[in-house]
Amino acid sequence: MTDFPWLTITEAAELLRRREASSVDLTQAAFERIGRLNGEINAYLTLTEQQALEQARRADERLAKGEAGPLTGIPGAIKDVICTQGVRTTAGSKILEPFVPPYDSNVMTLLKEAGIVMLGKTNMDEFAMGSSGENSAYGPARNPWALDRVPGGSSSGSAAAVAAGMAYFALGSDTGGSIRQPAALSGVVGMKPTYGRVSRYGLIAFGSSLDQIGPFTRSVKDAALVFEAIAGYDGRDSTSAPVEVPNFAAALGNDDLAGVRVGVPREYFVEGMDPQVREAVTAGINQMISLGADVDWEVSLPSTPHALAVYYIIAPCEASANLARFDGVKYGYAYQDGESMWENMEKTRQYGFGAEVKRRIMLGTYALSAGYYDAYYLKAQKVRTLIRREFDAAFENYDVLVAPVSPTPAFKIGEKVDDPLQMYLSDVCTIPVNIAGLPGISVPCGFATAEDGARLPIGLQVIAKPFDEATMLRVAHAYEQSAGWSGKRPVI
Amino acid sequence: MLHIAHLARVGIADDEVDHFAGQLSQILEYFERLGQVDTADAPPTAHTLPLHNVWREDETEPCLDPEEALANAPLQEGGLFRVKAILDE
Repeated sequence: MTDFPWLTITEAAELLRRREASSVDLTQAAFERIGRLNGEINAYLTLTEQQALEQARRADERLAKGEAGPLTGIPGAIKDVICTQGVRTTAGSKILEPFVPPYDSNVMTLLKEAGIVMLGKTNMDEFAMGSSGENSAYGPARNPWALDRVPGGSSSGSAAAVAAGMAYFALGSDTGGSIRQPAALSGVVGMKPTYGRVSRYGLIAFGSSLDQIGPFTRSVKDAALVFEAIAGYDGRDSTSAPVEVPNFAAALGNDDLAGVRVGVPREYFVEGMDPQVREAVTAGINQMISLGADVDWEVSLPSTPHALAVYYIIAPCEASANLARFDGVKYGYAYQDGESMWENMEKTRQYGFGAEVKRRIMLGTYALSAGYYDAYYLKAQKVRTLIRREFDAAFENYDVLVAPVSPTPAFKIGEKVDDPLQMYLSDVCTIPVNIAGLPGISVPCGFATAEDGARLPIGLQVIAKPFDEATMLRVAHAYEQSAGWSGKRPVI
Repeated sequence: MLHIAHLARVGIADDEVDHFAGQLSQILEYFERLGQVDTADAPPTAHTLPLHNVWREDETEPCLDPEEALANAPLQEGGLFRVKAILDE
């Protein structure tokens, strides 16, 4: 019974279905583990135990009546940038410390209908801006594989919770890699859907043309189950795509990749990449060959080196507009001792936002200001077109592209915290996927040994064309089944 | 630096100005590389979906009642958000 926390969703659902365990059992076991570990890992900012036990009891009633779906009674965690009715939602920021949303995000409505149990809200870089979790106003989450290292970011707590057996799944959001990079650094599966696939209604906006919500899980099949539950058209998000949602989990297949055309874009093996990451990803691709895949190692996406600059113009521009709403008037922290309305607003934002958020608001404000708009924002949007065109051309010849997720394994807390450009470089392999609006998934592909002896997970990225998550998941699942790196447990 | 901070309505402490200015200059310098990219035949991409002008019928839909909408307000009065005077006398 002590192994409850390490089950996959699929295994836990089977126990529930056979009535060998109840949702209340799973939920209590999860809170027991969270209570023991959260002080160290800092994965959760808010715990919702009372509500969770109530949801678990209702799920058990549904299970007893035979009305359960694949997620009914499964305990999960929600990134604190996703609005949850009646449950505090901070976006990792001091400016939203007292904010209690009056409504549910669309993904939360769908998960409640599916009968999940929400354990709590997870830690994150403030407003999802960061690659390490260190920009949280509530202290960094820690990597369960090495507590002096970051779990990656911005969905740091979601990755750490799933990696540490403190949740069966978690939702994150991915604007430039914020699901895939922490999944890689924490040794779990993390998936970013196609832009438009999952409604952004109730997701606190960062980069509106880039943001997507997606799952963290301990297997590709589990990712398919959660993804399917949250995907689909929603009229409340004007960029929600009216595209049918297939049964992803049922279409996963076995570990046969015969006839699948895999392209390896060489620009993703960047200068400065850790040799152990390069080796593990290369071994993963060789594994795909042994499963029958037809691999081309010499694909070129020549605009890739420009993607980081494009992203760090477009995302801050969009953020500077999106974060204008935090003015101390409608919700959240408010400085009220000033002489004027303007002084109160400036001080609210001075004391409410952390350094990285201020940096990005100012970058975006500058790049959008009169005289600079064409040189920065418009130019970045044009290069964005070139990046998308190169992907479109590649997908004429390949079913999926396979690449590293992050150039390095998890780094130490504090290592890059005051060097923003170095920190930005850790997203170099994930950002192009957001710029082009494609789906991408990170799957564990081995471990690196750090200089201090720490054993650190490595992720392999599978990228597909828009709305072809089915092929992406099938390739990731086949690789996972034969490679066996998923579901490894850190010793904590 | 202070002009940008003012446009963004973000207060900056005096001892932060140089620190932020140095970091932002370094990042802006990195952006210069885009100037070398030939984008003559590339229209700008605002987002990646083939969707344009998404409309709905102009009909009232369920929404928050005033009490719910004001529940998070730092200051409120008479069913309204309260702020200091915006215009000078």
